[in-house]
Amino acid sequence: MTIPELEAIAKEIRVDVIRMLVEAGSGHPGGSLSCTDIVTALYFHQMRHRPEQPDWPDRDRFVLSKGHCVPAVYAALAHAGYFPKEETLSLRKLNSRMQGHPDRHRFPYVEASTGSLGQGLSVAVGMALAGKTGGKDYRTYCVISDGECQAGQIWEAAMSAPRFGLDNLCVLMDYNHIQLSGGTDEIMSLEPVLDKWRAFNWNTLEIDGHSFPAILDALKAAEQHRDGPTMIVCQTVKGKGVSFMENRWEWHGKAPSREEGERAVEELVNGS
Amino acid sequence: MSATATRVTFGETVCRLADTNPDIVVLDADLRKSTMTDEFSRKHPERFFDVGIAEGNMVGVGAGMALAGKIPFICSFACFVVGRFEQIRMAVAYNRANVKIVGTHAGIGIGEDGYSQMATEDVGLMRTLPNIAVVQPADAIETRGAVEYIAQHDGPVFLRLTRQKVADVNGEGYEFRFGKAVVLREGTDVSLMGTGAVMENVLKAADLLAAQGISAQVVNIHTLKPLDTEFIESIASSHGKIVTVEDHGIHGGLGSAVSEAVAELGRGRVRRVGVTEFAESGDTEGLYGKYGLSAEHVSAAAMELMD
Repeated sequence: MTIPELEAIAKEIRVDVIRMLVEAGSGHPGGSLSCTDIVTALYFHQMRHRPEQPDWPDRDRFVLSKGHCVPAVYAALAHAGYFPKEETLSLRKLNSRMQGHPDRHRFPYVEASTGSLGQGLSVAVGMALAGKTGGKDYRTYCVISDGECQAGQIWEAAMSAPRFGLDNLCVLMDYNHIQLSGGTDEIMSLEPVLDKWRAFNWNTLEIDGHSFPAILDALKAAEQHRDGPTMIVCQTVKGKGVSFMENRWEWHGKAPSREEGERAVEELVNGS
Repeated sequence: MSATATRVTFGETVCRLADTNPDIVVLDADLRKSTMTDEFSRKHPERFFDVGIAEGNMVGVGAGMALAGKIPFICSFACFVVGRFEQIRMAVAYNRANVKIVGTHAGIGIGEDGYSQMATEDVGLMRTLPNIAVVQPADAIETRGAVEYIAQHDGPVFLRLTRQKVADVNGEGYEFRFGKAVVLREGTDVSLMGTGAVMENVLKAADLLAAQGISAQVVNIHTLKPLDTEFIESIASSHGKIVTVEDHGIHGGLGSAVSEAVAELGRGRVRRVGVTEFAESGDTEGLYGKYGLSAEHVSAAAMELMD
């Protein structure tokens, strides 16, 4: 798939995210939009998966540790053909498979139920470790947020992945610098975050998380790295693509109104 | 009567099962010599993973391995692994990940290490989670059967084991039946329902009661969840006098589980014998005497039910 094609899909996913959240009346637009390009690159370029055979044993695994941003993943899975896109509009409604945070039993196209921050990386480590132990050559990808790196368990997992030699594990940190209550640097700074992962013996890369050439190159470099896991720190913009949401912590966990949603979609489709 | 620590039987059994089941893996948090996974680590080094002193990560890694088709036994002291309750809630229970949570050193019976290492809340916590079964074997032969069963059970299980040796209470040829209460001694006046390490004292209590002319039934409840409610209802509907006994707090454990069943039935009376405060260092027998788990305590509780 070409870069312009990936960009076009990412734009559609962002539009879908806005439409889902307007319909739901709640949810997390800021982080869903900041990780959209990463999720797009994974599902439409990097990962080996089969929408027609979701439980293909050799599929690459994807764990969304920042579970509150699952609307971006629902949109990507619908776009990939796992299920009809209309269903995404049932997000957060009673009896819907589209839970507010991913639930692998109601919705089997996500690999793990997540939503309690700080825990998903451990699950991804387990999937990668099972692959190594079982002689499988699938890769495991995990997207974590910046804020959840404040949780101790992230660093327990960070310590364990190199120890177990998990060169089949690639983690992308959606570094949008904003969490629910304010700036990451003000709440509890992660810096120097690259040094931290490096000190934990990870192969580390830092990229513009909205540049497809950069994301694709980094994912390729991670795949070729043969000495432990890779951390790609993706510098991103919270609310990316919608001017009135960008870099504003107020849009961490608030759904746009119908009118705001229309403005957002208009901007995304026609450019601001 | 010979005596064995149930953690020892677990270590032997999981090692043997792994010989023929390539999906079994063991995770430990720097306690392999205490949880008795040491033998497994030497015999199956490619399937043994020590995560270090990081039980929260162990729970998540175990869940991830289970979601990818493995059968992980994740092992630590019961208080430490169950202490990662929210990780178990999310990664194991909500995911319905096929993880076997093994908590050794259960209860105040561990003795000299003192309260910080004594799990007396773990059964209560694990019982609250949907999808997770809770099993506590009483002796070596039951542990062997329980571990064999758990390895092929489709779903997460919490297995609660002892540090200290516990006397054999089941006879040769015993077969573990998941979810079924085991009657160790027949009796018609009162039913003494115990679980785990206390069973020897429960049997002694029945002797003390017999000396006073009271016929006490002795029941071993190895499966705390799902509870054998059918059996408990049959007792509640006959003489209706039940004493529960456990090396665990009286809140949330066997006593609570049985009381819930009895209350819903609306017949029968329950006395709970269990731990009610933070215990301390000491020897097992001394601790059971001081904190209310001796045979005398059990028989006294039964007497309270005799009108």
